[in-house]
Amino acid sequence: MKLRKIFSKIIIYILLSLVGIIMIYPLLWLVGSSLKPDSEIFGSVGFIPEKPDFSAYFRAWQTVTPYSMGHYFLNTFFIVVPKIIFTLVSSTLTAYGFARFDFPMKKFFFALLMGVMFIPSIVVIIPSYLMWSKVGLTDTYIPLTVPSLFAVEGSFVFMIYEFIKGVPKQLDEASKIDGCGAIRTLVFIIVPCIKPVLISVAVFTFLWTVNDFMTPLMMISSVEKYPLSLILRLSSDATGNGYEQNTVLAMSAIGLIPSLAVFAFAQRKIMDSITFGGIN
Amino acid sequence: MGKKFYKNSVGTGKYTGLLLIMPFVAGLVLFTAIPLGMSFAGSVSESGTYTEVLQSSDFYKSMAVTLKYVLILVPLKLVVSLAVALILSISLRFMGVYRTIFYIPSVLGSNLSVVIMWQFLFTSDGPVNKFLNLINIESVGWYSDSRHALSIIILLRLWEFGSSMIIFLNALKNIPSEYYDCAKTDGCGKVRAFFLITLPLLRDSIFLNLILQTISAFQEFNAPYLLTGGGPMKSTRTVGMLIYDEMFRYGETGYANAVSWILFAVITIAIILIWKIGRRGSEEF
Repeated sequence: MKLRKIFSKIIIYILLSLVGIIMIYPLLWLVGSSLKPDSEIFGSVGFIPEKPDFSAYFRAWQTVTPYSMGHYFLNTFFIVVPKIIFTLVSSTLTAYGFARFDFPMKKFFFALLMGVMFIPSIVVIIPSYLMWSKVGLTDTYIPLTVPSLFAVEGSFVFMIYEFIKGVPKQLDEASKIDGCGAIRTLVFIIVPCIKPVLISVAVFTFLWTVNDFMTPLMMISSVEKYPLSLILRLSSDATGNGYEQNTVLAMSAIGLIPSLAVFAFAQRKIMDSITFGGIN
Repeated sequence: MGKKFYKNSVGTGKYTGLLLIMPFVAGLVLFTAIPLGMSFAGSVSESGTYTEVLQSSDFYKSMAVTLKYVLILVPLKLVVSLAVALILSISLRFMGVYRTIFYIPSVLGSNLSVVIMWQFLFTSDGPVNKFLNLINIESVGWYSDSRHALSIIILLRLWEFGSSMIIFLNALKNIPSEYYDCAKTDGCGKVRAFFLITLPLLRDSIFLNLILQTISAFQEFNAPYLLTGGGPMKSTRTVGMLIYDEMFRYGETGYANAVSWILFAVITIAIILIWKIGRRGSEEF
């Protein structure tokens, strides 16, 4: 009996490790190959370079444009930071309104909140592009950031809503007796209680924005304003035109750093809170 | 979000809540209702656009590719993520580490670096073919063979099963262990306990996953656009890519809008079907 238990344990670990290798191998291959000379990249299945050579990273950092990768990191930063702040503020206000107040047509609006989550973004994407270009704001960061001021991510609102529901109402009432209004109650009572979900929303906003390719592809046309994702695309297109493969791989490895770093920093916090928002 | 509602918010009047959700309502009008209206108007502004779409072979080819993609990917991803979640829910050491590792690809999601990496992995002398050679399988022309090109995309999205796995894991955590203890004392084996306890209690998360994955699979654009360019012979040109091509490459706004509305209708029908089947399932339990 005991032997059987140990045996099944071993099987489980072998199985999980196999899956783990499949998950992690491509990333290790990417980093390993970026340290190899081009002639070696497709030599074998192995990813460990014989003589690691970091020169590809210096070339990658310079990019094919007049600007360095640092410039594009900054561009991404200027999109991500406002977006996180806007999303947090607008989603929290909306979730708070739904969770704590009664008002006319509440059910109707709540149904809309849920319904919007199921509208395929592809239907909305073309007309929003046309809309932004009509007001002359394409090729700026406004179409990428400003919509976040309007709680457009229904799943985030829903995540925060669920969390606020879990905060005891007595706390609100106590703060009302102390003379706090709706906003002060939100800031001083509710927000401290829902920090974990706010962190998750911030992290997901970060990841989705950094990874997003389609929206900047449509909205941003000048190279100097490109976020990281578009500059990666530009460089991968340049292979074959004399741009070395290990340089493209090095660039891709650099491109993974922001997402991986944020994930490493917040993984424990976000993974428990995913019930609705983690889908991509 | 002006200062207006700050003044109104003292006390809880009838409209405080409405004021709080105003950003959402405004966003709904600006970024959903108006674009939806515009897109619909665009699709019907010239008469015959829908007939043109419904008579074009490009549209049917793309629809067939997309349906094939959805029907293969979604069930596969659900089964894999549920199976892995079930194993991870056994309380053994290091499960947290495995969970984190399995989730990493989903974190990277549609990050362009991942797509570039994937492109390299499947090149004719890339590591995937090298591995196949190791186990005595001939190299596959992933990009040149129209039978295999779609599998590159399916495999990429399958590799990112972590987010649906997490949804299952969190749902599994909420099943009280007493249920299993009871089943055990009643002489119920593990397999039966899975079908009688686990599966019925996971119903909601299965449907949530099913619906979310179906919606996003129907809209697939990034991977075919970047990995295969829709080829070879349009074998990976999903409807999402057709819309993009018509809109930005050929400037056929009306056609693109009409296709996106047809896609919208197809997705809605798919969701209703899933919903109906789900409800019938619940009557059985």
